[in-house]
Amino acid sequence: MTEAKDERRPAGELEASVMATLWAAGGPQTPGQVQSRLGADLARTTVTTILTRLHDKGVVERYRQGRGFAYVPVRDVQDAQGLTARRMHSELDRDTDRETVLARFVAQLSPDDERVLRDLLEPDER
Amino acid sequence: MTALLLLPLLLPFALPALARRALGRLTPVVALWAVTVCAVVLAGCSLAALGSFVLIGLFKVPRFAALGELVRPLHTASDLVVLPAAATSVGVLAVCGWTLVRSVLRQTRAFRVARTQARRGPAAGDLCVVDSSRPDAYALPGRPHRIVVTTAMLRSLDGPEREALFAHERAHNDGGHHYFLAAAELAAHCHPALRPVRESIRLAAERAADEAAAARVGDRKLTARAIARAALAGHSARTERPEFVAAATSGPVPQRVQALLAAPRAPRTGRTIAALLLACTAVSCVASVAGMADFHHRVEIAQGDETP
Repeated sequence: MTEAKDERRPAGELEASVMATLWAAGGPQTPGQVQSRLGADLARTTVTTILTRLHDKGVVERYRQGRGFAYVPVRDVQDAQGLTARRMHSELDRDTDRETVLARFVAQLSPDDERVLRDLLEPDER
Repeated sequence: MTALLLLPLLLPFALPALARRALGRLTPVVALWAVTVCAVVLAGCSLAALGSFVLIGLFKVPRFAALGELVRPLHTASDLVVLPAAATSVGVLAVCGWTLVRSVLRQTRAFRVARTQARRGPAAGDLCVVDSSRPDAYALPGRPHRIVVTTAMLRSLDGPEREALFAHERAHNDGGHHYFLAAAELAAHCHPALRPVRESIRLAAERAADEAAAARVGDRKLTARAIARAALAGHSARTERPEFVAAATSGPVPQRVQALLAAPRAPRTGRTIAALLLACTAVSCVASVAGMADFHHRVEIAQGDETP
């Protein structure tokens, strides 16, 4: 009964609860651990979904642990650039054909961006 | 006329006692509304009365009388009363204006700092986590509303307690309590007697959020425990947050915990206290309006527009 009540709460509130649990724990947490420490009654699948969403937003990092992932909050979200880069990575990870995605990405770059990228990858050619 | 205009200046002295009673008798939300509206109206009326005293004094000065096209002397109480009253009013208004502006500037600055800090930190949903060893939690109004909690605060509570704390802070945002606190802050700078009322309004806002949180998590004991633990953790921490943002740890915490632990009372009829607050507001309004109307009438007579 209570489970149904918490499942129906707005997504933002659930994300906040899961995030708070991760911060309170102070170490990598599997979805199961998060679920048991959570104040709200949520199914484990829901917790996993929320954690994945937080990872996509770049506010938590995850490490492979056994068959699943363990999650930790990102400490230095302060730098907006790092956040954007992590978002780009998570988008990239989601597609199976990494090579094509990268090729298309580079093809659409402006000349300036292309020069920056070239300098970054081959720093001694300048 | 002078007596009528003195009434709005004296009535605020009755409000602190009334506000404390109102908290005990009325439900927190009703008390919050009633006391805040009353404080704002009383503050406005006392400012209007002070302004009238200044004008009356000015019309006694020949240059201003000429400027106001007064052809006859303004009929008022003796100059011995009117002129010192005007001088005092000018002084009081200047002090009020100065503290008001200073308070507004300080609050705006603190608010901006808090918003920037919240924007920099990791956010999930409406929660902003600030990585800090100082336990603190508060509701930060804005678009969208946010709740800001430090990592130290998150670590000092368990899961259900965190939910209760979040429910409390969300209740502040949903109830728009920052408007009440800002109004209380402004009123406190308009009349010295309204200063203690600000504390009553703060307590009413906290009680309202406590009750909303208890209803939300469905457990009064849990909410009381969360509030008490959050307050204990945050007790030593001095924060930079603006005065008008509501935090779970502000207000007399023992009183709030006691109220939560007590079984929810059937709302006692607070009719007397509500009637007194209403009467206070009404008398203040009527007195200042009547005083100013009388003053206006006398000015018109002095201008020769009307015959006495």
